[in-house]
Amino acid sequence: MNAAPSALRDRKTSIISLGASGLDRGVESSGAPLTRLHWQPVGDGSPEVAWNLAQLIGDADDADCLGSRIDRANAQALERILAAQPTWVDVAAHASEIWPDMGRTLLHAGPPIDWKDMCGPMKGAVVGAVLYEKWAASPAEAEQLVAGGGIRFAPCHEFGAVGPMTGIISPSMPLFVVMNSAAGNRAYAPMMESGGARTLRFGAFAPEVIEGLKLIENVLAPCLKAAIAGIDGGLPLKPLISQSLHMGDDVHNRNTAATLLLYRAVTESLLKSPVPRDIVQETLRTIGADDMFFLSLSMAACKAIMDAAHGVPFSSIVTAMARNGVNVGIRVSGLEGQWYVGPADVPVGLFLPGFSEADANPDIGDSAITETAGLGAFAMAAAPAMVQFVGGTPQDALRYSREMAHIAIGRNPGFTLPMLDFIGAPVGIDIRKVVDEGRRPVINTATAHKEPGMGIIGAGVVQAPMKCFVDAVAALATIAVS
Amino acid sequence: MAIQPSVKANLYKDSVSLMRISQIAIARSGVQRVTLLMGTRSNKEFLQQAGLMSPVLENAKPGDIMIVVQDDTSEKREAAEREIHSLIAGDEPKAGATESAMDAPPRSIAGGIAIAGHADLALISVPGPYAAAEALKALRRGLNVLLFSDNVTIEQEQAIKRVAAQKGLLVMGPDCGTAIINGVPLGFANVVRRGVIGLVGASGTGLQEVMCQIHRHGLGVSQAIGTGSHDVSSRVGGTTMLQGLALLAADEQTKVIAIVSKPPAPDVQQRVIEQASMIGKPVVLCFLGGEVVASTGNVHRASSLEETAKQAVSLAGAQQPGSDEKAVEELVSRVCRSLAPSQRYLRGLYSGGTFCSEAQIIWLEAGVRARSNAPLADADRLADPEDSYGHTAIDLGSDEFTVGRPHPMIDYGVRVDRLLKEANDPTVACVVLDVVLGYGSHANPAEILAPAIRQAKATAKAKGRELPVICFVCGTAEDPQSFETQKTMLAAAGAELVGSSTAAARSAQAIASRMAASQAVA
Repeated sequence: MNAAPSALRDRKTSIISLGASGLDRGVESSGAPLTRLHWQPVGDGSPEVAWNLAQLIGDADDADCLGSRIDRANAQALERILAAQPTWVDVAAHASEIWPDMGRTLLHAGPPIDWKDMCGPMKGAVVGAVLYEKWAASPAEAEQLVAGGGIRFAPCHEFGAVGPMTGIISPSMPLFVVMNSAAGNRAYAPMMESGGARTLRFGAFAPEVIEGLKLIENVLAPCLKAAIAGIDGGLPLKPLISQSLHMGDDVHNRNTAATLLLYRAVTESLLKSPVPRDIVQETLRTIGADDMFFLSLSMAACKAIMDAAHGVPFSSIVTAMARNGVNVGIRVSGLEGQWYVGPADVPVGLFLPGFSEADANPDIGDSAITETAGLGAFAMAAAPAMVQFVGGTPQDALRYSREMAHIAIGRNPGFTLPMLDFIGAPVGIDIRKVVDEGRRPVINTATAHKEPGMGIIGAGVVQAPMKCFVDAVAALATIAVS
Repeated sequence: MAIQPSVKANLYKDSVSLMRISQIAIARSGVQRVTLLMGTRSNKEFLQQAGLMSPVLENAKPGDIMIVVQDDTSEKREAAEREIHSLIAGDEPKAGATESAMDAPPRSIAGGIAIAGHADLALISVPGPYAAAEALKALRRGLNVLLFSDNVTIEQEQAIKRVAAQKGLLVMGPDCGTAIINGVPLGFANVVRRGVIGLVGASGTGLQEVMCQIHRHGLGVSQAIGTGSHDVSSRVGGTTMLQGLALLAADEQTKVIAIVSKPPAPDVQQRVIEQASMIGKPVVLCFLGGEVVASTGNVHRASSLEETAKQAVSLAGAQQPGSDEKAVEELVSRVCRSLAPSQRYLRGLYSGGTFCSEAQIIWLEAGVRARSNAPLADADRLADPEDSYGHTAIDLGSDEFTVGRPHPMIDYGVRVDRLLKEANDPTVACVVLDVVLGYGSHANPAEILAPAIRQAKATAKAKGRELPVICFVCGTAEDPQSFETQKTMLAAAGAELVGSSTAAARSAQAIASRMAASQAVA
């Protein structure tokens, strides 16, 4: 006989009620504690997904059930996230130094995509990169080369790299090198171009865009390489990011404070270096003129943090969330080697004068790695100025951070939110929670024009599609069965 | 009538909310008909059958609301659609809101537990295809479960009950409408005092009737554990019933145990009897419609709901309640004197499935064989549930009457229509109605039923007949609807009130037997 004393404890029974209203009126009248759920079908509303998901829930009494294994794996993944110490250690003069075998490979943002399926801005950026590499002499020739299969494409994420917007990385581009000194893994990101609206990352390929890339390669990169060489042990990025959160940045779409802090460190180092004065001036002018300059380092830091948590068997934590302008893809720690994709939405927010939603390209870029690591929209409470993009109030900024806590497995005590009593920013998106709560991760983002080369047309917020998470939950449930 | 279909994507609402919105939209716009259903396969089939399906609705997902507005004028259709959209949007949190939006209600069981701090039981009434998943999540997090939802597969029921058994947690249901746990009424439940009698029931209204009678006899209920209707099948194995029995055996407050159920599968029945006989407390077993077996040792057999309550009360040490045989006899004689010879047939119009079964059992014992939409034997199934034939007992809570409509305990519309229809049938000797009070049920059933009874009787009278209407009220004086007022209102409308479902069935049966006998003599 298996008696269940817990069912008949002699005290007020506390009830959770979900579904049709009215069935809990007796509970209400009896004065028993009652919590009503605002229930919606999980995920995409399919009962199969609901049942799959229920198989993945942990159980304190059953350490061997799949859910408990997932919980333990997530705890381990979270430990690695919190332990990570991303440090800017170097600048690689060219991407080909890091991947000597890359040949005519272009890395791009988001999940894998073929040339024919790419959105306008990404196609433009590909043409620009081909011209920059001198693999073709004209845009027409470049397109011909690509269409003929002369270029290999791969996601930045699969190379340990992250690229903003179109995210194109070609062999000659210099890269920031960030090392997670706790685990030894490295992450890479290209430098921000300072061409205003006209930049390769937004799909522009005019001659001045290519010149801008050359300036980075020949002036900025060597100078910053010297700067970081002069900082003993490299520049620890976690304290810098932490401080920026306290200065109003989300370190995704607002990097004003972080860029200033970087400027301070770089200036001090360069003043001690033998780099010629005009180069130093040009470099500092570039950094000083671009509030978003730090984003590359922020993204690389987040990539270094999240790669350390990738590959923990059974873990349901999202280790990358990235968009190629057509699809959003996620990578999940316990589901190595796979992307789970869904169609990208158009960001909601403000547009620069003369542009509207009709001009907007669907969500694009690897920068959602910041949200994946618990920054960006997850740390929105630190950056109330950001909510102006969506016409919100400072209260809304707090709401984003609170809501995202519902889908995160933990909080990062290294990234605290002053407005929420210095609680850590939510971190570690759990695919189970996204599906269970029916709450999609929010991403702060810039909006690109859908035509190549038209540049940035606005900024706002966007949510990753539910399909990524539903498919990943199904895959995790299958792993369990096999 | 022109049809205007549309879809509201990505918003789930339960059927009760959708029906409420339909009603309000009809009232405000004057449109002829509004149908709001979630885009599930079965709902689409329903629309197909009703001739309301259209290409727009084909692509609706289970999480989308299908909207069908019917009217001859496009103005009214448009007005209704605007009304519907504003009503649907009505209880959604406003975008960009401030502090209040920050503490939005929790969406998941995990979120609910986080807010409650501590939780013991999940009361789940979401649509069946999602219900087992919610139950499993609740169990994994250490909650007992009451699963009101039906249409849960046997495989899922087995799976969740397996996990519950491992963890020593209760799963009441699926299809469990009633329970009282630690004095907290769940689902459809009456307000009864706490006491020494513990109940386990596979039937919702049966459990309600027994707990009400116990209360009216002056005693109380320690716990009332519902099992749901599938639990006593061979495949589920009576898991919850056996667990409930064990719980009550171990519960100090419980001195007497009573079990109310349809006859379990033979292997389950065997196990229940074996386990019951090992308990050091008296156990009353009522397997309605099962073989009547002699009582042995601490196990006492009862053959009706009334007998179950009486035995439990007397085993608990209270005086054996008196018999109402005389009152029934007086009622039967009086009624029969008023009937014309053509009036021979019984019509039971029940909102409680157990009452419908109990009536058929009692009638059949006396040789009165009834047709039903929920018959004891398949040979007695009504060809058309909408049309009575001979002696008829209808379960109006059964699926064919409840698609897209609230249960008849909440919405008396279908029952009123049926009562008025029976009033036109010259062969009807009497109508039996149950009136179920308690949480979840209609707030004032007599307000609807009394005028309908008056009208039905007047209809018969106009044709030169009397139409006796026998009513019993399943409730207590403490129920929110007020037991006494309900009875007074029904009696004033001319209803014959009896004290229990069993007495109502016996009275009706006696009337039928007597009318048949007088027919034979004549």
